Amino acid sequence: MPPEIVILGAGTGGTLVANRLRRKLGDQARITVIDRDDEHVYQPGLLFVPFGMAEPADIVRSRRAQLHGGIGFELAEVDRVETATDTVHLSDGRTIGYDVLVIATGAVLARDETEGLDDQEWGRSIHTFYDLDGATELRDALAGFESGRLVVNVIDMPIKCPVAPLEFCFMADWKLRERGVRDEVEIVFVTPFDGAFTKPVASERLGGLLAERGVEIETEFATGRVEGDRRRLVSWDERELPYDLLVTIPAHSGASYVGRSPRLGDELNFVPADRNTLRSKAAENVFVIGDAADVPTSKAGSVTHFEGETVAENVERTLAGKPLTGFYDGHANCFVETGFRRALLIDFDYDTEPLPGRYPEPHLGPLPLLEPSRLNHLAKLAFQPLYWHVLLPGYDIPGVSSEFRGVEAAPATAGRPFADPTTPDPTTTRSKATR
Amino acid sequence: MSTVTLAGRVVEVDTEGFLLDPHRWDEQIAQEIAREAGIPELTDRHWQVVHFMRQTYLDTGSAPSIRTLGKASGVPIKELYELFPHGPAKLAAKIGGIPKPRGCI
Repeated sequence: MPPEIVILGAGTGGTLVANRLRRKLGDQARITVIDRDDEHVYQPGLLFVPFGMAEPADIVRSRRAQLHGGIGFELAEVDRVETATDTVHLSDGRTIGYDVLVIATGAVLARDETEGLDDQEWGRSIHTFYDLDGATELRDALAGFESGRLVVNVIDMPIKCPVAPLEFCFMADWKLRERGVRDEVEIVFVTPFDGAFTKPVASERLGGLLAERGVEIETEFATGRVEGDRRRLVSWDERELPYDLLVTIPAHSGASYVGRSPRLGDELNFVPADRNTLRSKAAENVFVIGDAADVPTSKAGSVTHFEGETVAENVERTLAGKPLTGFYDGHANCFVETGFRRALLIDFDYDTEPLPGRYPEPHLGPLPLLEPSRLNHLAKLAFQPLYWHVLLPGYDIPGVSSEFRGVEAAPATAGRPFADPTTPDPTTTRSKATR
Repeated sequence: MSTVTLAGRVVEVDTEGFLLDPHRWDEQIAQEIAREAGIPELTDRHWQVVHFMRQTYLDTGSAPSIRTLGKASGVPIKELYELFPHGPAKLAAKIGGIPKPRGCI
């Protein structure tokens, strides 16, 4: 009997790991992917839906159709995982045993964690663009919005794609200008942090861009509740911020079954994992990829993509009873849409914050980092076909390394201000320094 | 980075006053950091949060977020803001002698 690999979740991470493993192992392992629905949303497209620049139907495809032949796909809800017996319990009462489990169930919007977000104003004056229904409703709300206070509000970290709320502000500024109503609208970005972004240099650049575009920023505002009837955000320390149209990014949690699985997740239902091997802290034969993982980097598609190689390699090594060699360095890169058909690019890893410079890219040429450019915008648009046809099938994108390589012409101040004290997994046999 | 004297001990701190070495901490140092931050006396409720924060950091290598504090420290978020004005996670970390929470990215 070939060993059983079970993968929970058929989003970006689950799909690309399944496909990579199928190519590596062929019939030497049985691979089963479980998801509760068959709709794979291209999440980077959600930003464009509210502005009428992407149609909802164009960013959704079948999950099953993204999996290579020979991979099993089950439509089912997971009740819990019992790592002590290597068993997944499904809500319909069935159980599935595994030799290796990959958790790829992402993050969910936890609206119920903030008082007032389930108010009857949801979908009327309170919106989000972080899921497809929300983004579609927001498109209709924005189309009729011609004056007043548009507040874009991050409730708490972690969130998926931490730059997306800023991108939304830039896009809103652009589109409202095009419609000739920008002077009638105040755009306010409200964040629990002390700047536009958490990493100092990028925060300063992005903060500068917000100012240039006339977007106000309200920092260190930790949203305690939303008073929908009075159209006000109220912070935990009782500061109030009025809005006419609220675009909120609710707090995120991991999938709810994680909370029902003994010792698997943390208080927010994310799954703690070694930041380099991506092996869960709960069990040696459980790995985590993408937004579901509690590792200190962004919850972003690029992270998931770069993690894929590591997870596939380490799953294979675990099945063979060998020490882990897959090593993920925290590499992330994100195109940040700044409106007016321009975007900027940020590139970083666990130890190096995003810095200005140039990103070596062999096809379009070096891309400017932390600087809005037309080329970056084109690269962002070019990404959607690559996502479906290269990334999900489990290939590397030519010229884009999963390892962080640093930037050309980085300033001398580049340091390691965010060094993590976590000790590495002792089973890691390859360190970054030896690669 | 600089050196300061807290409760009679010489300790290294970063530019915002967070201890560089969590093991150079004791409860007198905590009291002094708290006083400087405008908390005249650390109550049992303060200590509950500070010890939770510190233990989590020593166990896992990262400081809990405000949401985690609210769920797991036994002190609800509303009260955390009353105990540690402005930024409870940040201030409790400082008083607990652990590095400034990075904030996720």
